[in-house]
Amino acid sequence: MCQDHFPGNQEKPSLHESRRRFLKQSSALTAIALSPAAVIKAAEKKLDEKAAGYFEKVKLSIEVNGEQHQLSVEPRVTLLDLLREQLDLTGTKKGCDYGQCGACTVHVNGKRVLSCLSLAVMQDGKKISTIEGLAKGDQLHPMQEAFIKHDGFQCGYCTPGQIMSAVACIKEGHANSEDEIRQYMSGNICRCGAYPNIVDAIVEVKKQGGAL
Amino acid sequence: MINFNYVRPSSIKAAVDALNKDINSQFIAGGTNLVDLMKRGIASPQKLIDVTNLPLKNIEQRGNNIRIGALALNSEVSEHPLIVQKLPLLSQALKAGASPQLRNMATVGGNLLQRTRCTYFYDITMPCNKRKPGSGCGALNGFNRMHAIFGASENCIAVHPSDMCVALTALDATVIVNSSKGERKILFKDFHRLPGTTPEKDNNLQRGELITAVDIPVNDAFSKNALYTKIRDRASYAFALVSVAAALDVKNNTIQNARLAMGGVAHKPWRLTEAENFLKGKTVSIENFKQAADMAMKDAKGHGHNNFKLKLAPNTIVQALKTISGI
Repeated sequence: MCQDHFPGNQEKPSLHESRRRFLKQSSALTAIALSPAAVIKAAEKKLDEKAAGYFEKVKLSIEVNGEQHQLSVEPRVTLLDLLREQLDLTGTKKGCDYGQCGACTVHVNGKRVLSCLSLAVMQDGKKISTIEGLAKGDQLHPMQEAFIKHDGFQCGYCTPGQIMSAVACIKEGHANSEDEIRQYMSGNICRCGAYPNIVDAIVEVKKQGGAL
Repeated sequence: MINFNYVRPSSIKAAVDALNKDINSQFIAGGTNLVDLMKRGIASPQKLIDVTNLPLKNIEQRGNNIRIGALALNSEVSEHPLIVQKLPLLSQALKAGASPQLRNMATVGGNLLQRTRCTYFYDITMPCNKRKPGSGCGALNGFNRMHAIFGASENCIAVHPSDMCVALTALDATVIVNSSKGERKILFKDFHRLPGTTPEKDNNLQRGELITAVDIPVNDAFSKNALYTKIRDRASYAFALVSVAAALDVKNNTIQNARLAMGGVAHKPWRLTEAENFLKGKTVSIENFKQAADMAMKDAKGHGHNNFKLKLAPNTIVQALKTISGI
């Protein structure tokens, strides 16, 4: 059943694509493997009819990185899951998923927020910017350039959140000293400990006046 | 997260009506605490009433009071010129709390209603009388480094996590609430509760009530001499081990009036009324500050891991008062 998903002598996909496709396939297979038990459990509690009829999807109109989307979501879907699962914008990362790490930072109507604690339905009519929206074509945003130049990351997992937060930090006027930058970047945790280089990157972009 | 229904009313009346219609419904504004609790299965409302469309975002001076709408964001309040100039204690406390991202989401009303960050409350495999009344208190004989030294009971030794509320209690704020019966005002000191035998109740808000605003009297003397000091495990983005909100009205080296409150030490923001009264009429001196701090600590009780707070708390009070008065 899955043969055509595993290309044998077909054209080799890029490393990035194959990894993502593998993840999607493996989680789909896991879901299939798990579903009989889940269905039985739901039937026992008669939850299936209830879930289908009672909790309706809500219509949602949002702009993401300049593009309008008309969507329909369950109320429990977070903005983070909407971006990653429905819009395939996987640049925004799910770190802790409980509002403690900052990896999921995006801008809503120009303000940095945590997308993991934001319900998608509550963003109706709003403008969302994610890491994918920063570059102009092949031209990286000055903050992205600066993170590369100053080695502002190691594993890179927190980097999209760090960069979205860093851009906001300058825009808010909270990047006037290294101390202030550290204070106003404290909501973004980097377990590799790239903090000094992240501060250097922000200082440089602030000096150039190029983050807005 | 268990699924739920969602409505977004556009008037206070419609919001309150929606809440009254459904016992399993709950208001949501910033969601920084509620969404977290729902993901962990600690809160599971069947309906969320999104109040963020209600016209409750204003920050304005009304006579001698500053009124802050319940939906004003923590970040907006902390940077508003009126607040920075006339209520610096509140601005400082807000900036000491959470992270810039969370402050861009969290509202004033929601800040008042946030639940404790006690790890036993959050771990659903552990006993917790606040989460599940009658199940016991895991913290009492457990890891209680972050816990209360004032006003605790054998049922609960959790602390209220807010910084903003510590400043608001020191500033004698009033909470304005609306319900189908009309408007009600609650003095800040009466808003939050001690755990007693009902730790599941954090505050005295009644079912069917919506917080609409907070009123704060302006006192020019306190505006000039106010400081929020927060001691925590890291320099930023951590809950308080101990925090002190302090304001002094000093004339000719004599204290006319003092305001003192502490955070991270009790189930509610902890006002130090006795120490305030002691300082009234006294000269500005380290000796008097130390006596006031000793007085404040009179009924303090440690629970093992948090015994260090018995020393840290009075030292923080003295340090805050010294810094304000420049000695």
